[in-house]
This record gives sequence, C-alpha cells and structure tokens, in this order.
Amino acid sequence: MTDTGTDPGTGTTLMPVLTETWDQDRSWTLQTYEGAGGYRGLRRALQLQPDEVVELVKDSGLRGRGGAGFPTGMKWGFIPKPATGDTEGEAAGKPHYLVVNADESEPGTCKDIPLMMAAPHTLVEGVVIASYAIRAREAFIYVRGEVLHVVRRLQRAVQEAYDAGHVGTDIHGSGYDLDVIVHAGAGAYICGEETALLDSLEGRRGQPRLRPPFPAIAGLYASPTVINNVESIASVPMILDRGADWFSSMGTEKSKGMTLYSLSGHVEQPGQYEAPLGITLRRLLELAGGVRTGHELKFWTPGGSSTPILTAEHLDLPLDYETMMEAGSMLGTKALQIFDETTSVVRTTMRWVEFYNHESCGKCTPCREGAWWMVQVMRRIEAGKGTYEDVDTVLDMCDNIAGRSFCALADGLALCVQSAVHYFRDEFVAGTRTPAWELFPYELSALDGLAERAGVAT
Amino acid sequence: MAADASGSHALAHGPLPAETLAEMRELAGRYPQARSALLPMLHLVQSVDGCVTQRGIEACAEILELSTADVSGVATFYTMYKRRPVGDYHVGVCTNTLCAVMGGDAIFERLKNHLRLGNDEATDDGRVSLEHVECNAACDYAPVVMVNWEFFDNQTQDSAVALVDRLRAGETVTASRGPEVCTWREAERVLAGFPDNRADDGPGAGDASLVGLRLARENGWTAPQAGMDAQ
Repeated sequence: MTDTGTDPGTGTTLMPVLTETWDQDRSWTLQTYEGAGGYRGLRRALQLQPDEVVELVKDSGLRGRGGAGFPTGMKWGFIPKPATGDTEGEAAGKPHYLVVNADESEPGTCKDIPLMMAAPHTLVEGVVIASYAIRAREAFIYVRGEVLHVVRRLQRAVQEAYDAGHVGTDIHGSGYDLDVIVHAGAGAYICGEETALLDSLEGRRGQPRLRPPFPAIAGLYASPTVINNVESIASVPMILDRGADWFSSMGTEKSKGMTLYSLSGHVEQPGQYEAPLGITLRRLLELAGGVRTGHELKFWTPGGSSTPILTAEHLDLPLDYETMMEAGSMLGTKALQIFDETTSVVRTTMRWVEFYNHESCGKCTPCREGAWWMVQVMRRIEAGKGTYEDVDTVLDMCDNIAGRSFCALADGLALCVQSAVHYFRDEFVAGTRTPAWELFPYELSALDGLAERAGVAT
Repeated sequence: MAADASGSHALAHGPLPAETLAEMRELAGRYPQARSALLPMLHLVQSVDGCVTQRGIEACAEILELSTADVSGVATFYTMYKRRPVGDYHVGVCTNTLCAVMGGDAIFERLKNHLRLGNDEATDDGRVSLEHVECNAACDYAPVVMVNWEFFDNQTQDSAVALVDRLRAGETVTASRGPEVCTWREAERVLAGFPDNRADDGPGAGDASLVGLRLARENGWTAPQAGMDAQ
C-alpha cells in the first residue's frame, strides 16, 4: 500500500473517486452506476454483521465531511446495541433512524448538490449500508427544497433502487428491510444544523435542540438517530468495496481519505477538485489555473463562511482538520472561496453578517439580537459612517454572541467578523471615514466575461 | 406591486379539491409519524393554490390534528412558503457574499430596475416574480440565478435580463443543469413528493463540476488501486 497524498508540497495529484463517474453518459442512472461497480459495497456489507461494518468504517478513518470532522464510524458506534440474543434494533427498544443531511447551504459550499445531481446512487448505496450498520429500518434524505432537479434525481434513484431490490424488503435476500424517504425542505439554512434538521423533519419550525441528549440516544421521534452529511455517506460504499486500508492510504495521519474541495470566486477554473486530505491551497490554485489573471489572492475561507478567513500566508498549509484548527480556522466543508485584492473585506463580512441575521432562527437571544445589532454597526462601517468605537464594539459584541447559544450559527457569525478584523483591521477603521465601495469599487470585483467563457444557457 | 392576477385568490374559496386532500393524507401515511409530512403537505398546498392559503393551513391542521396556529407557525418559518402568490416563474438572484461580489448584486439591481419590481414582488401579469436568495450551493458557477429552483449558471446582467424577457414573453427556457423550466406550481408538486418523470432531462454535471475530473484524466491521475485485503 503506497502512502500517497501526504506531501504538502507541490506533488499532490487529484484522486477522483466520488467524482469518477460524473462525466459518463446518463451518470445518474442505476445502469451507469452498476456498470461502474455500484452496489458491490452493499453486497459486501450484507455479508458482514452490522457491528463489523461499523468497525470497518472506524478503521478507515473516515471523518464527517459536513463541517465538524467527527469520526463517522464512532458516531455510528454510539447507537445503542441490541441486548444479547437480540438480532434486531427494534428488539432493543426504540427503532433506529438514519438521516442524511442534504441541506447544503453553508455559504461557499457546493459539493453535495453536484454529487447528488450526477451520482445519486453513490448516496443511496451509502444510505443502505449505513442503515444496515446501525440497524435502522427507515432512512431519510433531507434535501434542501431549492434544488428542484436534484430532488428529481434523488426521487428517481431511490425508486430505481427499490425496483432493483437494493432498497425495500429482504434486500439481496439478506432478510434486511429498509425504506428510504426523500424529503424536501422549505428554505432555512438552520436546518443544516443536525438537531434543527430533526425538528424540521418532524414537521416543526427548524430550531436547534439543547444537547444532551444527543441524537444517538434521542434523535428523530426521540429515538436513536445517526445524522450524516451527504459526502460522508457517499464515501462509505467505496470503503466497503475497496477496503479500509485503501481509504486510509490516502490523506494525512489523522485526516484520511479523499474529499471534494470546491473552489469558487476569483479563480480561473472554479469547480470541484477531488484530492487527498492535506493538499494545499497553493497546489489547488495551481491546478485551477491560479487566481483570476492579473490579480492576487487577498483572503479565502477554508470551508464556508463560518470558518475564519485566512490569507496568502496560509497558502502552504495542508488543508486537513488538524492544520486548519492550528491556524485558527476550521476545515469545515472545504468550500474554498477565493477573493482577490479588489474585494472589500468589510463588504464581504457585512454580507455574511446579514446572512446570519436573516437565518437566525430566533430561539436564542444572543444570536437573534446580536446578529441584528451587528448588521446595524456593520452597515455604518460599510458606508464610511462608523464611529471610532465601532471596531471595538464589533469585537465586544462577538464576545457576547459566541458560545452563548444552542447551536453554532452565532459562533459562525462571530468567527467571520473576528477573523476579518484580525487580518484587516485597517479596513474597518477606514470605515469611519470612507465607504467601502469607494475604497474598493464593487464593479472591479465582478466577473463580467466569465459567462462568455463558460457558456450560458438561457 | 404585488400581483393578484394569477387567479389564486379566486380559486382559494371553499375547501381544497378532494384529490388534493387525498394526496395530503397519502403524504401523511408515508412517515412513521404523520406530522413529518407537514412540510411536503405545505408544498402541495402551494402547488394547488399558488401560495400557502388559509384553507390549506386548515386542511393540514385537520389531517394532522394540529391547531391552525401550529401550522401557521411552521409555514411562516420557511422562506419557500409564500403568503401571497408569486409569479408563474419565480426568479431568485443569489446575493450571498460570493455571488454578490462576482456580480450578483449588480444583476439583482438590474433586474429590479428592468422589471420595476422590489424584492419579493411579482409583475402585474403574474408571469414573473423576483427575490434575492441566499447561497444556493452553486458557488463554482457564480453568479447564479434560479428560476423555479432550477440553476442558471454563470450569469451576467445582460443574460439575466434576456432570461426574464423570455419568461415574460411566454417562451420556454432550459436550465443550465436541468430540464425545460416548469411552472412554479408544478415545481412545488415535485417538492411535495410527487415526481414529474423528468429526472432524465439535462446533463449529469456542468463544466465546473467536472473540472477536476477532466484534469485528472488528462494527466492520468487516479486514486490508489485497492489491495487484495479489500476483497
């Protein structure tokens, strides 16, 4: 087994696994997926005991791809085991549920939607394997509602899987039964937070729950529930098919496997780059043709707006869970939003703050009120009408917002503001005199001309 | 100038059609606990009434044995549920940070001026409504415009204006990654959980989704081969 992808230098190459079939004719169909070896992982899983599947995923080192990076196999292991002699989850008490978080909405994040559009069976197969491992007989794919064609592809894939006997009763003659429901959300960023998602799936306002109890004990319908991100679940079939050692041969010591890095913004070739964990942004930018021609990198997010921004000094850091934490940020969803020197950091921060204010569910006072006040102060700063105390006020508000709510939405707001002030304090101070749009004329950041290059369908 | 021209209000008198009520009960039966069907049921109400109507709220409440206040509380939480009719073609311009910077702000301003609409308003003929939306998970195709929740990638001010003009003129438009765009009500029916058999339309992936894969193919880069221990 070769140890690949651990070189943080320039040699790291792309490793298409999840994306491998995306360019095939009718890639979304069962026929194409099975032709490429699809559902082999499920066959192997059904030859194992559920607990053995959990162990195998633990051994692979797979960690959650939805932001937090929690070990997937360990999460599955928290589900209560049946008592000795029992063979089914129900016998141990309440039913178990698998819920896939397909509510991709973190600003900058755009990996799960193309995955479900191009290869929905990768997810469906992972759903069956994961459900088997945690002894669930019902699984839900909670997909955001604002992606109609992805909903269609998921509905079709699940139907095809039923018709082929990969889902339903007595799957592959194993005696294992599973129903899968595709459930469309209705527009709320907060439903990407796992306990808010559960409330939403129960037909309520999507508001986070206080933990404990954790979903593994009291999740959907107060029953043991595993909630995993789309990419995490979609990685499982390959681990079953090709082995835990194969998966852990990619990546770094503690961040195993390949993953989807999504480059967007001021970069020549934005898009999905599947690479081993630990590749650097410098290398990814090289592969993507660099920052927009004639411009240079100013700042970037490693994994969405809730992960503190970084700058050009961080170009050579391995993009893995540990290194990003050490750098004061987080790997998050690996949504690499690239902004060049034409961009006002006051403007971007302001817009993210408006987003968090819009999406705050209103349950916790520090988030609901803090986000609103942050917008008021940031608007002043953007308009060049800030007071001399405003920069300190903003930081003081962050201290009063972060860590004081049920969920991490407000933490994301505080981190995005704090990191922007940390690296670009002068721009915030300039907001006491000059509007951001005079310091950084907004039209210079816009990319007219991109459409002609990429081809536009209207 | 919110439009009242789509006929939705006229339709919304009396109870919902019997077949709609039957479909709502069918949705409730799909879940281990019926209340889980509330979001799909509200999508279905919108597919019939053009927005969340009082009679729709009452029907949900009756079927799920909830109070109408409970149902209203849920309906008002989610941005896709509308309290007044939207256009047949609901245009969403992403103005979250990345799209905004890349040109989304300018596109939204241009469309507001061109259509003479404010945010969340519809044209008088009920054809087109306009809204700015939050991140729609297509940042590698920025700036992005949605029509009835289908992707229109890599937009410019001019392409967005041409798009809404075609919609107003009654022409069909095809999504960058998706089929010919259906009406908003038809879209809501799919979201409710009643497929329209158009999953096979459109491509599997757009260019940006494939950029890394193509680069790997050109250079012969692959993931490591699985060892024998995997079998």
